[in-house]
Amino acid sequence: MKKFFKVLLPIIFLFILWQSVIEIFDLPHYILPKPKDVFFQLINQYSLLWEHTQTTLLEIIIGIIIGCIFGLSSAFALLYFEKLEKYLLPILVISQAIPVFAIAPLLVLWFGYGMASKIVMTVIIIYFPITTACYDGLKNTPKQWLQLAYTYKLSPLQILFKVRFKASLPSLASGLKIAVCIAPIGAVIGEWVGSSKGLGYLMLHANARMQIDLMFSALFILVVITLAIYFLTDYLTKKFIPWASHLH
Amino acid sequence: MNNNFIAQIQNLNLDFKGKKLFKNLNFNILENKSTALLGTSGVGKSTLLRCIADLEKENISNGEIVLKEGTNIAWLSQENSLYPWLSILDNVQLYHHLKGNKTKLTLQKAKELIEKVNMSEHLNKKTYELSGGQKQRVALARTLMQDANLILMDEPFSALDAITKIQLQDLTCELLKDKTIVLVTHDPQEAIKLSNHIYILKSQPVTVEEVASLQGALPHQLSNEKLWNLQEELISKLLESQI
Repeated sequence: MKKFFKVLLPIIFLFILWQSVIEIFDLPHYILPKPKDVFFQLINQYSLLWEHTQTTLLEIIIGIIIGCIFGLSSAFALLYFEKLEKYLLPILVISQAIPVFAIAPLLVLWFGYGMASKIVMTVIIIYFPITTACYDGLKNTPKQWLQLAYTYKLSPLQILFKVRFKASLPSLASGLKIAVCIAPIGAVIGEWVGSSKGLGYLMLHANARMQIDLMFSALFILVVITLAIYFLTDYLTKKFIPWASHLH
Repeated sequence: MNNNFIAQIQNLNLDFKGKKLFKNLNFNILENKSTALLGTSGVGKSTLLRCIADLEKENISNGEIVLKEGTNIAWLSQENSLYPWLSILDNVQLYHHLKGNKTKLTLQKAKELIEKVNMSEHLNKKTYELSGGQKQRVALARTLMQDANLILMDEPFSALDAITKIQLQDLTCELLKDKTIVLVTHDPQEAIKLSNHIYILKSQPVTVEEVASLQGALPHQLSNEKLWNLQEELISKLLESQI
């Protein structure tokens, strides 16, 4: 119950602040809609919002899955082929140095108007945190765990998957939690640049028609999606890696 | 190879972080005896142990370590060597678990060993729920599970409190009495208590000097005046080696 209130109180505070700002500054609905108007939009435009939510959710989920596959493969490759590090690391850094906004139009051009370009954008955004978190975990496997594995004469692949990978899970979980929080950014930016579906598209569309309350309801759903994915990831990592918090 | 020796270190040369740590090092380990390698921190005790376990191949520039035929090595290190993602039973059967050949027999043997180290009542706990001493008991059971004849111990009791340390030292002596032990320690008292032969390592490059050869069953009790004097002697030799 205490935990429930801890979550609920900041949300109630935010709604009160939101309503107060409108009242104090006498803001018109096309600048900042009232919370109740956004709530009504969520109910009245349920089917429209659900249709666009499905698209964005699918882009985010597929993007996270592909990003994880690429990230983990890269981390394994970096560890297994030591010389690869000096070639792959600059690519990793470049993937973060170029603003995704700048390459979004290019990705739409290359991968089309559909889901593919948004998924690629999501993959690019989460690739770095996943790769670095997993690589750090693999590399920093405690010495005493490795020594045991070496004395057992395990093959390098057995050590990689049965010892190092397991040891890297707490670090990977931290990277994953960051990744799932930023993944929706990739999908939404892709939709802003060019699409005909998704919450990002709906936000632009509603904004152009001065339907700010609908835009806010789309934004609200996006926040809920992000929070839901984050808490689900947090729950799963705690369930499957319960020893992570007892390491040090 | 001399039949009394289980391992012979011959003209070993090893470079560590650009420095010559071992230069033509020669040193033998007697079979069925407990040997203590005593030295100050950073002198190269653990590295020597790692050489015996064949974990320093890339740093050895010359020389060799000859093990007696049929020698199996087990490694016992400090308290945090259990794999936290595995159960206590799987940690004891670690070799079989990692090799993917666990059987009913290995499970049965693991349970017996867990009982021997008085950990049966903690069987359903997670490894991270165990105290330092309990973890070390599980590690001891894991070492026994390997059925190795050469046990390399890298300061296995250094992180334990005084009482737990004494209990575990006694238990180790009882359970490993038929094995050859090489114990790395910086504690002269521990070296006297748990070994038949005590060597001091001095740097640099490392030299190994035998300082005591003790008779009688292990663990040696320090109530003996001769052993107290030996402890004083070891401490002064360690101090000398630091200068």
